[in-house]
Formats: sequence, structure tokens, C-alpha cells
Amino acid sequence: MISLFLRDLKLSMRAGGGALIGVLFFMTVVAVVPFAVGPDLNLLSRIGPAILWIGALLASLLGLDRLFQAEREDGSLDLMLMQETPLVLTVLVKCLAHWTATGLPLVIAAPLLGLFMNMSEVAIGATMLTLLVGTPAITFIGATGAAVAVTLPRGGLLVSILVLPLAIPVLIFGVSAAYAAVQDPAPFLPPLLILIAITLFFAVIGPLAAALALRSASD
Amino acid sequence: MSENSLAIRKFSDLANPTRFLALAARVLPWFAGLTVLLFAVGLYLSFTTEGDYQQGETVRIMYVHVPAAWLSMMCYSVMALSALGTLVWRHPLADVAARAAAPIGASFTFLALVTGSLWGKPMWGTWWVWDARLTSVFVLFLMYLGLMALNRAMDEPGKAAKVSAVLILVGFVNIPIIKFSVEWWNTLHQPASVLRLGGSAIDPEFLRPLLVMAVAFTMLFFTLHIAAMRNEIWRRRVTSMRRQAARSAGREA
Amino acid sequence: MPIRLRVEGLSAKRGEDLIFHDISFIVAAGEALIVTGPNGSGKSTLLRVLAGLLTAESGTVRMDDTVADISHPRELCHYLGHRNAMKHELTVEENLSFWKSFMGDSAGGSGIGLEEATEALGLGGISHLPFGYLSAGQQRRMAMAKLLVAYRPVWILDEPTAALDAAADRMFAGLVERHLGAGGIVVAATHQPLGVAARELRMTGFAGVGEVV
Repeated sequence: MISLFLRDLKLSMRAGGGALIGVLFFMTVVAVVPFAVGPDLNLLSRIGPAILWIGALLASLLGLDRLFQAEREDGSLDLMLMQETPLVLTVLVKCLAHWTATGLPLVIAAPLLGLFMNMSEVAIGATMLTLLVGTPAITFIGATGAAVAVTLPRGGLLVSILVLPLAIPVLIFGVSAAYAAVQDPAPFLPPLLILIAITLFFAVIGPLAAALALRSASD
Repeated sequence: MSENSLAIRKFSDLANPTRFLALAARVLPWFAGLTVLLFAVGLYLSFTTEGDYQQGETVRIMYVHVPAAWLSMMCYSVMALSALGTLVWRHPLADVAARAAAPIGASFTFLALVTGSLWGKPMWGTWWVWDARLTSVFVLFLMYLGLMALNRAMDEPGKAAKVSAVLILVGFVNIPIIKFSVEWWNTLHQPASVLRLGGSAIDPEFLRPLLVMAVAFTMLFFTLHIAAMRNEIWRRRVTSMRRQAARSAGREA
Repeated sequence: MPIRLRVEGLSAKRGEDLIFHDISFIVAAGEALIVTGPNGSGKSTLLRVLAGLLTAESGTVRMDDTVADISHPRELCHYLGHRNAMKHELTVEENLSFWKSFMGDSAGGSGIGLEEATEALGLGGISHLPFGYLSAGQQRRMAMAKLLVAYRPVWILDEPTAALDAAADRMFAGLVERHLGAGGIVVAATHQPLGVAARELRMTGFAGVGEVV
């Protein structure tokens, strides 16, 4: 299993891998916002956590469609389906590797972009924390979409459309936890705990559903 | 006439990667030594000259920030020139030069952005503002990263060369925007003060370390660029040797 | 521990079309079964059903007389399809060592080392190269090295020798021979003779009935 994790990580680092592209997309999306809403620093610092979350959400959807499609195209998926190792576990490890390669860089880049949005230190820290615990949920639920769309020739856009509605709870609690950290009356912990719960829930449901979809998509 | 053709021959001699490697091996130690020397002098001057009565010690950040910002633009200009070389003259080294310059340019741009932020926090009270100069430099940074991603995504250098050359030339519009942003728009960032019509507006006390540092940064750029080009040529040779090895393997079996 | 592959009354559909109907055969340890027939007669479909990648419409695939604790017969199978299941970006060594540790060995045998496996296919010494640098035939041979690095008693091969030259063909026949000699089972769909003694299952395609010759 560790070998699968390392292999997927290596693949996303090598030429043509998506690791760098995701962060770049994230930075570009966030950098575009001030052009649209104007360079008012107060406004930017107010909407900053939300913008970072939306940017991270879109960026983590970016490479998801290739999660299983690349494996299917070269026949690796066939072999993964045949093994004694439960397919659920294989999917889970692939998700973790995908998140480490694309999600974790987003979390690390978030403070830098937080400075661009003129966010306070507390807001930056809170947003980073919520992204850290929230983005894996997007990957897990995205794996289901990727598995469903695996046989489609141009599934990329479809995966995003399928996954976005499911990721809305993650967005809601991620953003509300980030805001709770800066706006005083709202408590920070409850939304954060709910966010962790959502991630753990999706960590179970996502791979299960993805494994089921992959089994039935095999032809 | 003969002098001109000699120059052309010298230039096309450089097109030969082997000649370039020989030349690079010869000049690199000198360039590196000169860079270290200039930095030693520049940093010494930077830390011994007096602080500004308004900005205090933070003015010293400028000795790094300004040269880095200049270099970020010069590096892109070098890339644009190389892109022209690829598209118009089909110079075999032009593509190598453009490819090697991108990470260096990104580093200088990043340095300029970071030092600018460090200076901006005490002076403007914020790490970042979305004014024209800062924004356009940030866009430049994103363009560097985009070009690097493009270069990485295409593993065949021949094919990548023309595509990225086109992109580099299109992106070149940003350079005059950066340069003149402080004059076209009313920005927080101060206008150019070293190079301008009617003489420099900077006290020689500050100008001396600044200029030395600028030359040092430029030498650093050339040193890094030549070294990076050499590495790129080596990398390509290794790739072609590995392909060769793959072709010849198992043939005798 | 002799193993037996028993297939009873197997039929399969692709979409709405019945591809083949009521195929039964038994392959014992050390035996090879060659599946022949014209294009579209359902050779690949049969192999994918055997490998557990397609569900059969009716009938069963079973492994008899095995002590291995398995939940599905596919876990005792190697499947070498049309595609090589190797990543172009990774080196041959990275590819093979991944599959070796990911697949592991079935009970009753163990896979050989990477260098040994590539030597066996006549491609020793180039496993440090990225897989994408190799020619089509070399890629196919490296994909075959997977069969050796992780032990499985049953090899299911779909057109294994399509991209190979005559010399590599013979080399592969030797590997199949050795696998059979060690008590393995090989089921292969092929147009060219495999170069080993084998029974033949001729798929007639039309009417979908296969007969064992």
C-alpha cells in the first residue's frame, strides 16, 4: 500500500503531473478576485477566507478526473481490480496520495495568498487549519465522481459538476469556522468539529462508493 | 563588412552546443568570482551607508528589492529575445536559453515581491496592496510559473520550444505595463527615481550601494543563466543517450 | 499442490448482445489452453470474465484443489491485457517494483527479482530507463516481466505476442513452458501459435458456442 502511495506521489511530481498546476490555478483564481471586486483592502480582508476556500475547492477539483482515468487508459486499473487487497483500500490510498500531491500544497500556499487578501494573522491561521482538515473531504467525495465518470471520454467537466454540489457542506462549515475565528461572538470549535466529522464521513463513504462504481464500470 | 561577417560567424559558432559548453566552462568561474566580489562590496556598502531619516534602517531592503525587481524584468526580456531567436532565427540555443531563464526569473520576481512586502509592512502598514505596480509584478510571477509548468508538461523539448516561445512573446506586453505602471496610474508605489530624464533623484549616498548591488545581481543572473543553460544541454544529452540505450538494448538477443 | 481451473456453463453479454454461450472446460495444473477464433468471436471477453473483470451472465469460474485462502478466483490470476499497465513517466524498475510489492505473491510460489525478470526477457540493464523511452516491443516484454516478479499460478494472456519479433516470441514461449512445468496454468488468446503444446478452444463467434478441440 505504501508502494501505491509513493508511486502516485512520484507520478504527480514527474513531467506532466498535476501537483504544480493545482497551486498555480489556486493562486491565479485568488489573484483574479481583487480585479473583480476592486482593491479595497477592508472588503478583501472581509471576504478573504471565503475566496481562499472557493479557490481551494476549484483547484482541488482540477486534477480529480484523472485519478482513475489514467489508470484505466494504461490497463493498471484492471490489475488493481483483481487483487486480494480490498479495492476500497486501494481507492483510499490513491485519494490520500492525490491529496498529498495537490491538496497539501494548497494548504501551504494559503497563508501567502491570505497576505494578498490583507487577512489578519488569526484569520490566516484559521483558514489554513480549516483547509487542512476540509480539503481531504473534497478529494474523497471527488473520488466517487471520478469513479463514476471513469469510462467517459471527456469526464473532466462532468466530475466537477457531479462533485461540486456534494462538496457544499464542506464549504459551508469550512468558511463558517474560518469566520468564527475572527468574528467574536461565533464559537470556532463547533463548526471545525463538524468539518472534521464531514471529512471522516466522506473518508468512509467516498472510497466505498468509488470502489462500487469502479467494479461496475469495468468492461 | 568582414568584421560584420566575423561577428556573425562568432555568433553561429555559439550555436554549437559543444562550443557553448567549452565557453561556459571557461567563463563560469570568472563570472562566479566576480559575482561574489561584487556582492561582498555591495553588501558592505549597503550596511555601512547611513539610513534614511524617514525610512530608517528599512531603506536597506531597497538595495535588494530594487535590483531584484530590475532583474525580474530583464530576465523576461532575455526570455523574449530568446523566444524571437527560436521563432525567427531558429537558433538551437535560444530555446535552451528561454527554458533555463524561467526559474531564475521566477526566483528574482519572488525575491522582489517578498522584499517589497517586508518593506511595505512598516512603511505602508500592510504586506500587500493591489496597486498597479505590485499587481503587474505578481502577474509576471504567475507567468513565470505558468511557463515553467508548460515546459514541464511537455517532455519533448523541440515541440515545447515553439509553443512556449509564442507564449513568452505574448506575455511580453506585461513588461512595459510594469515599467510604466507607476507613471500611468496614480499608485502607492513610488515612481522610478534612478533612471529618468533629468537625472537621478537619489542621493549619491544611496545610489552607490544600489548601483553596485544592481551590477552584482546582473552578474549573478548571467552566472546562473549560463550554468542553467549548461545543465539544460547536459540534461538533453543525457535524455538522448538514454533513448539510444533503450534502442540498442536487447537487439543482440 | 495441483490447481485446477474449472469453468462451467459460462456465458457472457456485452451490452445486450450475447457474446458466447455455455462454455465449459477444465484446465489442470501444467496445462495450457489456447483460445482461437476470428476477430469479434469473444476471445477477449472470455478472458476478462475469467479474470473477474466482467461478470458472467451465467455459469461459474472456480479454482479447484487449492489450499489458498481466496475470496475470488481472480486473486490467483495474472491478467496481461492489450494494455501494458505500466506508467510511461516512471522507470521500468519503479514500475516493476511497484507491481511486485502491490500484488504480492499467491500461496505456493514466489516471484523472482526485478533484474532476474528483465534478464529473462532479454532486456537486462535498461531497467533504470523511463518506460516511455522503450519501443513497443520492449514495452510489451517489460510488461511480461510482471508475470515473473509476482507469483500467480494462473496466467491469463490476451494476444501476448502481438508486438514481438520472432526471437522474443521464442523467449516468451520458454517462459510459458517453464511456468507450466512448475505446475502453473496458462490461458491465452492468440492468432499466432504460442510455441508450446496446448489444447485449443475454438471460439466460433457466430451462435456464440465454443468447442474444446
